[in-house]
Amino acid sequence: MQSLDPSLDTVPKLLLHNAVALGSRPAMRHKDFGIWQSWTWAQMRDEIRAFSVGLAELGVKRGDKFSIIGSNRPRLYWAMCAGQALGAVPVPVYADAVADEMAFVLAHAEVTLAVVEDQEQVDKVISVSERLPALQRVIYDEPRGLKDYDHSRLIAFADVQSLGRKKLANDHQCLEQWNAGVAAGKSSDLAVILYTSGTTGNPKGVMLSHQNAIVSSRNGNAFDGLGPDDNVIAYLPIAWVGDHILSYAQSYVGGFCVNCPETLDTVVEDRREIGTTYALAPPRVYENNLTITMVRMADAGAFKRRMFDYFMMIARRWGEKILNGERVPLHARLLYGIGDLLVYGPLKNRFGISRLRVAYTAGEAIGPEIFRFWRAVGLNLKQLYGQTEASVYVTAQPDGEIEAETVGRPSPDVEVKISDSGEVLYRSPGVFIGYYKDPEKTAEVRTPDGWVHSGDAGFFDSKTGHLKIIDRAKDVGRLKDGTLFAPKYIENKLKFYPNIREAVAVGADRDFVCAMINIDLTAVGSWAERNNVVYASYQELAANPRVYEMITGHIDEVNRSLSEEEVMAGAQIRRFLILHKELDPDDGELTRTQKLRRRHIGDRYAALIKAFYEGAKFAEISTEVTFEDGHKGTITARLEIRDIKTYPVRAAGMVRAA
Amino acid sequence: MRAPSSGETALGEVLLAVEDVSLSFGGVRALTGVSFDIRKGEIRAIIGPNGAGKTSMLNVVNGFYHAQSGRITFKGEVRTSMRPYAAARGGIARTFQNLALFRGMTTLDNILAGRALKMRRGFFWQLIRHGPALAEEVEHRRRVEEIIDFLEIAAIRKIAVGRLPYGLQKRVELGRALAMEPDLLLLDEPMAGMNLEEKEDMSRFIIDVNQQYGTTIALIEHDMGVVMDLSDRVVVLDYGRKIADSTPDEVKRDENVIRAYLGQPHGASA
Repeated sequence: MQSLDPSLDTVPKLLLHNAVALGSRPAMRHKDFGIWQSWTWAQMRDEIRAFSVGLAELGVKRGDKFSIIGSNRPRLYWAMCAGQALGAVPVPVYADAVADEMAFVLAHAEVTLAVVEDQEQVDKVISVSERLPALQRVIYDEPRGLKDYDHSRLIAFADVQSLGRKKLANDHQCLEQWNAGVAAGKSSDLAVILYTSGTTGNPKGVMLSHQNAIVSSRNGNAFDGLGPDDNVIAYLPIAWVGDHILSYAQSYVGGFCVNCPETLDTVVEDRREIGTTYALAPPRVYENNLTITMVRMADAGAFKRRMFDYFMMIARRWGEKILNGERVPLHARLLYGIGDLLVYGPLKNRFGISRLRVAYTAGEAIGPEIFRFWRAVGLNLKQLYGQTEASVYVTAQPDGEIEAETVGRPSPDVEVKISDSGEVLYRSPGVFIGYYKDPEKTAEVRTPDGWVHSGDAGFFDSKTGHLKIIDRAKDVGRLKDGTLFAPKYIENKLKFYPNIREAVAVGADRDFVCAMINIDLTAVGSWAERNNVVYASYQELAANPRVYEMITGHIDEVNRSLSEEEVMAGAQIRRFLILHKELDPDDGELTRTQKLRRRHIGDRYAALIKAFYEGAKFAEISTEVTFEDGHKGTITARLEIRDIKTYPVRAAGMVRAA
Repeated sequence: MRAPSSGETALGEVLLAVEDVSLSFGGVRALTGVSFDIRKGEIRAIIGPNGAGKTSMLNVVNGFYHAQSGRITFKGEVRTSMRPYAAARGGIARTFQNLALFRGMTTLDNILAGRALKMRRGFFWQLIRHGPALAEEVEHRRRVEEIIDFLEIAAIRKIAVGRLPYGLQKRVELGRALAMEPDLLLLDEPMAGMNLEEKEDMSRFIIDVNQQYGTTIALIEHDMGVVMDLSDRVVVLDYGRKIADSTPDEVKRDENVIRAYLGQPHGASA
């Protein structure tokens, strides 16, 4: 592990350094009352120092935990640094958490103080305050509506600052003491506790040290060349590790400016005004922007629509190549240039992303269509794989090596390996100290020699050398012969076809993989209309031989793409059928959020699964269904099971034809 | 029937008193001998079935209509026929049942228009837009931004109001009325045509305006639930006459009111 310069090894030390080195450059901006208010590094130091001294006056001391609750506002970020300067530990909490969830985190972290945004958050904290015996004070940023509240434990942010300013003015030793306090901080000190929203059980508090945050930030900045000239906009939850590293630690390390939007609804407009140069966002942000674009274009006039379609075709053909710096013919460059003038440029400007040098998508898989669209119009969108426990960076795609389906190469200083069970393990200077008050869980996740179990199954793609994430490790099984079987990975590939609405892959502890397909009534219905296929019901359409032909084609393509991946090649689909009814939450087949309930489906369709592996050509099934008005009925059907060709593993050259 | 009711919930002194006001259009009698008062700092509701004369009453108060008889006292001054312009100058702002915004102008400009009466510099200065005129505009803009922040409409600041959904347009209209910094705010069906969520938002804003700026509010509303929750005192009109004037709870139990709302054959009453 690299050691840090002891004068720059904590965030507050970096603040003092930047206030001198970058004194007059903007550190932070916030749009308030319609105007961008900005603070230079020197001004920001003064604000933070005043608040920090004020906190000390209120009795905050080294080792105390304090909570930060609210949206992205400069004062909340300042509060983090102000507390850290005293050796206290910030615990950011998701602002949209309901009072109950919030109570758990605040109680678990034993916070003595909460710095919150506004009345809404004050109300939440007060409503659970009897469960928080350690909580002494609540500091609020926005005074609106709080005039008549009991102020015995409530105090305004500005009042804490004036408390600090008064102390600094009256007591000449105070400044020296405060500086000494900052200097006493060590890189190994606990810097922050970030609670991860666990899908099962209670959230876990991930402890990161200054060393973790700073080394990760430095590597992140170096990887994409971020420096004092860059601008980012902070609008993702401050309790999310991505925001904590990018909008906080990386800014202090790299000296770039963090911009806080006016409200969450104005982010696009605000981003456009600032012209941010770097972005990190979950896939849904890119997806939403694409949807907005497509909806607007559908409403546009015929001329505009044709222009858009034509230049998007040019972009799809050449955009990625130009972005990757490949050689392209002159006429392509020329056409792309015109397209940029007429379509891509205005489009990017509309979303305020014209100046983005690097944009990352992270958090979950992004649809290849969405990914390619943004790259085609010239946005340098890349994928990143990170975890709270790693201070974000595990892998990232370097410029010029972009794939829609991978998450890139190990980030600088990060070692990644795949365990025997197929799980992704990593080791890096960013690896967390442990879970707060949970050494058992820590030991479970991190091995004694520092490897962290990511909980995700993945493999290194033999063609690109990039990591591919398949699924959560606990959902991944194996075929009888030991081949890796990742149902969600296969199903996702199938679901990228608009004609396939749902897919269920079966094969764990079996000889081979089979799939049950749900057709999409809208897509297949409109296909049927265009192709003179007559049908009276979903069931009839699903059983139509021509529909079977079409789905066969899709699965064939999926198999071919699986065969190109050494690890997945053994898990090609051998047999499939099309289900006679749509999988439905009312029948317990899906969750309300449209996720498959595998066990239940396995029980309900046991007869079909049996038929798959007995080699039958047809299967009888009778299922009870719940109609929309609540009454139950039974649907009986005789479903055709088809065999399908598999491809030899390309990489290894094994032949395994069906 | 003469004296304004002495509500026990009265907050401050009487801001506006309406005494024995009658209004007719030709043979149609819109208002007949209506009297009530509005006290400083309260939220006063005027309710009644369709055609009861609610909007006419509001129009009389801010000078759109002139009552044939009766007296209106505002801030201690008797005004028999006030023109709308004078009413606005005097500190009465209102919103309309059917929106009356400048549809082609942005939210910001619409609200800024509400500051028109507060502008000190004349046309010539505005044209030059330098020195004192600029300083003045900056000050007005600051006030407008405070209102935008207050009503949480920052995201639509620069969008032409004609393109906004109805609920937001209503909010912009409220913003423009607030920009006048009125003593008395008249709201004509502020929640007409809104869905439940929009109604809740609007209620919240009305209460906030009342509490934070101390603005006295008179509102006409159909939604009884909203009226009962928001208002301190309620006047009920029916066929141009006042049939009740009391706290929401009492009004709810009043037999005349129940009869008026359930639509019993008219003729014997009054």
